[in-house]
Amino acid sequence: MTQMTQPLPANALDTTMTAMPQDPGYLKRRSPLQTIMFTLFKASVVINGLALAIICGYVLYYGLPAISWEFLLAHPRNAMTEGGIFPCIIGTIALSYGSMVIALPWGVATAIYLHEYAKPGPFVHAVRLAINNLAGVPSVVFGLFGLSFFVTVMGMGVSLLAGMFTLSALVLPLIIGASEEALRSVSPTYREASLGLGATKWQTISRVVLPAATPGILTGGILAIGRAAGETAAIMFTAAMFFSPKLPSSVFDSVMALPYHIYVLATAGTEIEKTRPLQYGTALVLISLVLGMNMIAIIIRARLQKKLR
Amino acid sequence: MPITRRTKDNIIHGSFFAIAASSILVLFLIMLFLFIEGLPIFKVVSVPDFVFGNAWYPTDDPADFGILPMIAASFSVTFLSSLLAIPLGIMTAIYLAEIASPRMRSIVKPFVEMLQALPSVVIGFFGMVVVAPLLQHWFDIPTGLNMFNASIMLAFMAVPTITSISEDAIFSVPNELREASLALGANKWQTIANVVLPASLTGISTAVILGMARSIGETMVVLMVAGGAAMIPTSIFNPVRPMPASIAAEMAEAPFQSDHYYALFATGMVLFLFTLMFNILAAYFAEKKKQVGVATL
Repeated sequence: MTQMTQPLPANALDTTMTAMPQDPGYLKRRSPLQTIMFTLFKASVVINGLALAIICGYVLYYGLPAISWEFLLAHPRNAMTEGGIFPCIIGTIALSYGSMVIALPWGVATAIYLHEYAKPGPFVHAVRLAINNLAGVPSVVFGLFGLSFFVTVMGMGVSLLAGMFTLSALVLPLIIGASEEALRSVSPTYREASLGLGATKWQTISRVVLPAATPGILTGGILAIGRAAGETAAIMFTAAMFFSPKLPSSVFDSVMALPYHIYVLATAGTEIEKTRPLQYGTALVLISLVLGMNMIAIIIRARLQKKLR
Repeated sequence: MPITRRTKDNIIHGSFFAIAASSILVLFLIMLFLFIEGLPIFKVVSVPDFVFGNAWYPTDDPADFGILPMIAASFSVTFLSSLLAIPLGIMTAIYLAEIASPRMRSIVKPFVEMLQALPSVVIGFFGMVVVAPLLQHWFDIPTGLNMFNASIMLAFMAVPTITSISEDAIFSVPNELREASLALGANKWQTIANVVLPASLTGISTAVILGMARSIGETMVVLMVAGGAAMIPTSIFNPVRPMPASIAAEMAEAPFQSDHYYALFATGMVLFLFTLMFNILAAYFAEKKKQVGVATL
């Protein structure tokens, strides 16, 4: 094939450049409005950053002195005015990871159907509509649903299990979205190669597509754990209790949880001012847990994007 | 009869179909149970009396079940918070999509995501312990736990939603439009204001509506910070009791399947219908967005 376009003479660009004013402030003076608006945009970013920094900073500053091995590993004492938050940590971990046991397979399977099997049509449209609306349902409504369906009708009582189911319905849209994104990023050539070798659709999905999409799906799962761990309103009526003298021994026991513990200590405790350090300490543990999860997800994703490029 | 590869594949296809259908079932079950537990209250009080009733004394005898103060509180808190959240969210999105260098983007984006990830109970706690005393001191008001405080806290919860969805919308504006505008001599700001923003307006509307839906349904912040007085607000420094706060605060005390219990489920029903409305509106705008492209402009 012959070269169709002649290369530009080497000095062609230079002449256009010299035709423009060399004064570096020229563009700025030409458009003061642009300077003002761009400063505003940057300011709004700074405000967001500040909000995050101030909230985390306060919690860190007042929470750190409360953290000790005793605080992390002991049970609350003296009507929750002393002692530790060990049962809350265990409860939150059990609730968030437990909900993932239900929501991850469910969400990934739904995403596989939507992305690999389904053809556009009214059914897919309805499923997507349902997922979008599910994502917008307020968490307190999930709590009400959990109370009437899992706790009462299914007979689970206020328990770890009821909380896990309620939370899994709450994080389902998040997992479906992340998994679909991960499936989309698997190149179609992988599928074509596998199908071309005579593999069935399911063999292709299980041995080629899913392994390639796993890091993306895991990222979604980690984000969902963080979301479930910080959720309060959904577990208030379904799983959480003020105080329990012992750790849950089965999934049918109710549990203490970090977010609910903060809420109770800060609003309904017997001595709200006295337990302030405990409140900050609990908030710090919760934030570290949730933001730590997010940080891991962000790092995995950054690596993934580097690999894809 | 041996199972062939094809039958096996069909069975698997069918199971995935069933699982996908279950997400519709979940939404349906949520609605069904809200209605089953909420509708009995209308034997005691009529629908207009419930929605437009001014008095909420669920434990008195005879009890009053009017949730207008809660509806008014929910809407005024959402409105007030969006006054802050909409400009802040959209401007951050413009910065991320149009101005930031890829390096800056990779730094700022995680911050926005972490703001989104902050547990609502922590934000509520911060508003209660740090912001409320400050407001009380600065404005010389009886309580710092009021509508104003709740609105600020809610705004920072809505900003990440608005930012990330608007950013996607701005990002999806075809580059040809920007190049054409710049080639005509417009500077970057003129291009953003006159070309990019109008082209991404439907996407930004989706973002704003979803952000507002998040504010109206947010529970812990309004439960801890809004003050909890069931009255129609007359000033932004009034304590209020939005619908989610009312449900969360009283459900523990309401006897199982009493009128109070039904009334709280009915409040949840009203809240659900409002968020459903927001979501359908957002979906409508998102649908419209698909038609925007190089050819149609």
